Amino acid sequence: MKEWRYRLGERRGTVMAAGIFVVMFAIYVSNHPAGLTANVVQTAANKGVLLAFVAMAQTLVVITAGIDLSVGMIFILTNALASWLVLGSPLETALGVMAVLATGLACGALNGLIVIYGRLQPIVATIATGAVFFGIALLLRPFPGGSVNEELADVMTGKVFDLLPASLVALIAVVLVIWVPFSRSLIGRAAYASGSSEIAAYMSGLPIRRAKFTAYALAGLLASIGGLFLTFFTFTGEAAFASGNAYTLFSIASVVLGGVSLFGGKGSAIGAIFGALAFRTIGDLLFVFDFDPLWQPLFQGVVLLVAVSLGAFALFRVRNRLEWFG
Amino acid sequence: MNDLMREHSVTRLSKFMHRLDPAIATAFACIFLLLIIGSFYSASFLSPEYLLQQLKVASFLGVIATGMMIVVLLGQIDLSVPWSVAVGGMMACAAAAYGPLGEALAIPFGIACGMAIGLANGIGVAYLRIPSMIITLATNAVAQGLMVVYTGGFSPQDSATFAMRYLATGFLLPGLPNAVLIWAVVGAATVFVLNRTTFGRSVYGIGNRESAAYLSGINTRRIVMIAFIASGALSAFGGALLAGYASKAAQSMGDAYLLPSIAAVVLGGTSILGGKGSYLGTVAGVILITLLQSILSVMQMPEAGRQIIYGVVIIAMLLLYGRSPANRQ
Repeated sequence: MKEWRYRLGERRGTVMAAGIFVVMFAIYVSNHPAGLTANVVQTAANKGVLLAFVAMAQTLVVITAGIDLSVGMIFILTNALASWLVLGSPLETALGVMAVLATGLACGALNGLIVIYGRLQPIVATIATGAVFFGIALLLRPFPGGSVNEELADVMTGKVFDLLPASLVALIAVVLVIWVPFSRSLIGRAAYASGSSEIAAYMSGLPIRRAKFTAYALAGLLASIGGLFLTFFTFTGEAAFASGNAYTLFSIASVVLGGVSLFGGKGSAIGAIFGALAFRTIGDLLFVFDFDPLWQPLFQGVVLLVAVSLGAFALFRVRNRLEWFG
Repeated sequence: MNDLMREHSVTRLSKFMHRLDPAIATAFACIFLLLIIGSFYSASFLSPEYLLQQLKVASFLGVIATGMMIVVLLGQIDLSVPWSVAVGGMMACAAAAYGPLGEALAIPFGIACGMAIGLANGIGVAYLRIPSMIITLATNAVAQGLMVVYTGGFSPQDSATFAMRYLATGFLLPGLPNAVLIWAVVGAATVFVLNRTTFGRSVYGIGNRESAAYLSGINTRRIVMIAFIASGALSAFGGALLAGYASKAAQSMGDAYLLPSIAAVVLGGTSILGGKGSYLGTVAGVILITLLQSILSVMQMPEAGRQIIYGVVIIAMLLLYGRSPANRQ
């Protein structure tokens, strides 16, 4: 009985994010003219999955008490790269996908090296690497264009057994292949520990550097999976600065909504995924209620502002004012 | 006697060298290096007219980076710069459309809007204890949303007032652009505030250790809030000047100022962790960034190459002297 309570307490953020998503999605579907059909779910999933991948990427870094402000740019860079490489025969396409994923991994690894061994602040370092990644994306795609293997794209954006959106299946597969092993491994526990208290983690002999490096590198990989899916949905590559910035921003919003602590050491990528899906649904709610799309950026901004302000409730529990200063 | 004098001057020199932050020295060395590289590309690179033009362009970044520096000294960061700049420019131009009174109040109104963004940031950071990186991103998004609703998604139609254009492009003193003069005034005021007032010393104190500053009886939360308001005001003022420079405001006019303003502050030797840094360094950082941008455009580097070089240079220079101390091993 007691153990059950601890487990629930640990997952409270994730459960709340899932709850918010379910409520939002229920409101969305019940006001949608078509109702709950496989097509509505598919469209919603395809939109939400992109942000979910980027939010997962952000989660890995945030867990180590860092932040990656370049995830959106890795997302854009891999989109531009995929529009060149993911083409042709099945073998060529497969190699292209591998190359795109390897690029994402390399970008993340570069961030990790700079932050861990260069000892730079993650904020400044990732803003700067983000500029580099965006520059490379612009080099690859000065103008929107390119194409992608359409058969693969159709499979990835279609439905499995005419029911489940394939993108959602892919998201679940990525969670099972990357997140679950990571969070249950020694490296993953070390990532949590170093985010919670780096000194304590060091004193316990945990491999902090390896854990942080893995977190940053996997974040790059996850962002590149997002970039790959963006290419599958849009059939083009585009080095869009505003879009990269927006994804970075929304990834942080999703992480916060998903109950991941920005101070590190707490939360799960599954919570962030629900946060991302909820965030997207909130944006879509405006459409079913016939609001002017002009209001969407403001609405998303306000949602983000409210979401981050909710963390302030923890201040009521502070007994000693010195705890304000962390 | 002679020996004594020499000794005296040596100790003064060594004192000066001791006071001179290695980061600032490196930044100035890099400025010289860039000037030399630039003169290879274009003979006019070292001419006074060109250098004055660079200084004029630098002054917009200088005003914006001043606000960023105050916030960074606290150990915080202000990521709402892009839309604070845009809001400052757009609101100043918007006010100008309301007759002579609006025209007179255009710049103060723009600054007031920036202060409102700063106030939201300040309350979030100081009183709600939200990490500054997050709350400023959020207010940036809200400011963007407000401006999108205001303009209806089109580029704003109002144009800058005469006063804005005069401040940005005119000459009060012959030969010295007004923009440079404004930067000098803002800079002198900042140096005075940071070094000679309780507020300024409190900023350094909070940056070093907020709990210690609090226990020393400083109202740390009010200081933090005021610093963010100042940052918002300076960003918006920079935006109003930029709008005057271009005769009108644009939606994305602030996007190009986030990375440069952080880079200028950090390259100038201000610790991103707070509590350490001088305005001279920020001046060096601003000039360094502006010269770098200028050389890249003289070399006719496309935007892609510029972004890459920019990021690489900033990381390289930070690796040279912006590293946090190794705390173990």
